[in-house]
Amino acid sequence: MPSDAEFPEMSPEAALIKTTSLTVQFGRRTVLQSVDLAVSAGEVVTLVGPNGAGKSTLLRAVLGLQRPSGGTVWRKPGLRIGYMPQRLAVDATLPLTVRRLLALWGPVTDAAVDETLSEVGAASLADSPVQALSGGETQRVMLARALLRRPDLLVLDEPAQAVDVAGQATLYALIDAIRRRHGCGVLMVSHDLSYAISGTDRLICLNGHVCCAGRPEDVRRHPDFQALFGIDPLAMPAWLSAAGPHSHGAATPGCQHTHEPGPKDRSPPKDQHPHG
Amino acid sequence: MDDFLLRALAGGVGVALVAGPLGCFVVWRRMAYFGDTLSHAALLGIALGFVAGINLMLAVALVGLALAGVLVLMQRQRKLATDTLLGLLSHTTLSLGLIAVALLQTVRVDLMSYLFGDILAVSGGDLAWIWGGGAVVLALLAWLWRPLLAMTVNEDLARVEGVPVLATQLGFMMLMAATIALAMKVVGVLLITALLIIPAACARRFARTPEIMAGLAAAIGALSVCGGLGASFRADLPAGPAVVVAAAALFLLSQLFPRGGTR
Repeated sequence: MPSDAEFPEMSPEAALIKTTSLTVQFGRRTVLQSVDLAVSAGEVVTLVGPNGAGKSTLLRAVLGLQRPSGGTVWRKPGLRIGYMPQRLAVDATLPLTVRRLLALWGPVTDAAVDETLSEVGAASLADSPVQALSGGETQRVMLARALLRRPDLLVLDEPAQAVDVAGQATLYALIDAIRRRHGCGVLMVSHDLSYAISGTDRLICLNGHVCCAGRPEDVRRHPDFQALFGIDPLAMPAWLSAAGPHSHGAATPGCQHTHEPGPKDRSPPKDQHPHG
Repeated sequence: MDDFLLRALAGGVGVALVAGPLGCFVVWRRMAYFGDTLSHAALLGIALGFVAGINLMLAVALVGLALAGVLVLMQRQRKLATDTLLGLLSHTTLSLGLIAVALLQTVRVDLMSYLFGDILAVSGGDLAWIWGGGAVVLALLAWLWRPLLAMTVNEDLARVEGVPVLATQLGFMMLMAATIALAMKVVGVLLITALLIIPAACARRFARTPEIMAGLAAAIGALSVCGGLGASFRADLPAGPAVVVAAAALFLLSQLFPRGGTR
């Protein structure tokens, strides 16, 4: 296991946010203990961990929504954060179209709204009421909202939680494409191990403290990680990890080879026309 | 038309024009119970106003503001759910108000007129308060409009985007307290929430934007006041309840129309 706990390759100027010995306590309960976290421009950092591991609390501390009990949170001066909350619960009585929702956070032109909605594949939703959106549509719209603010750092709290399985891979692919196009850093919490990891530069396994961190292919072999998640969660059937990296060492970007079909796939197709 | 009726109409319409837009936020933010609590506390404000010898509307607004402050502090404890807290505060302050009024032996307080309104007794001075104060409340609401709307959509997001959430929230509570003080004379403390909520609920069906909904709610409220006062005048009904029933009738009527606005 290479020591990835410190990231010597990361120059301090490149860091967008950095926490040092961040500790958060709720009453007597310590939710986060001495967490060091840094995200650089253009980097995707994914936080994974069991329920109650403090993932959302860490995110909230980075966003300035949660006051640390100890340690510091440093943000690059002038940093623009594009936050995508877990859910959007707008009361049905509020008449609000997607276009209006996107214009609530600062001056934007109609053209910019249309362009950004197209970028996230939601161009047709501009005049829909926000309450009529499905889970996946809501996340696309909220991603567009964040992009319209020209963020240096995208902070995503379980972006795929309310998205159906088919939409999850697309959503993570979209996040990856946006990161490449805009060069912004991404910090996200994910429950889902297969899709989220595929576009991740650095995986941080959190359980009150940082259990292990590093490149995903290294972290998932770490004993702490396997202890938390039981098995190597990426060694799962091909149909579950369609977009996941593969277990043959470092995943190269754009690696396109296909898996051997599983035993089920290998069963001969049912013949619709019985031979006479 | 008699003078007192004209004054009643002017006072009622003035209150409705303020209550409509503010009521939209009460509906969007699901704060109906909060409105109820503030208005129940108004009776305590009246009693304290008598004791202190200050303007009753001012006293009611001050008590409402203090109550909002207490609520914000108690919410931070996170031991009781907000609606439990509201139920506790609402009925405690109403009971305290009733006791305080009963203890006031120097002045005879017409309890019914404060509980259910006494719109036909609106004076010229009341009108000046309602229209002057109402204009200030609407101006402040327009000023807070965008941050309030952003907060209503998602509070965390608003905070991350730099909206001063606590200040905006306190500002909104202040406007609620002021509106309740202004509306007290017209519909009474027990019926004020109706004037906030029913016109807004009625307007929802026809609105495509938040601003249109606010404008429609104001208009529907004003219409309810006219209808209620008319019925009260012709059939000798109690005026405050007649206004509320007129608003409810308009709401029922609105349900017959196909949805015009966005769902």
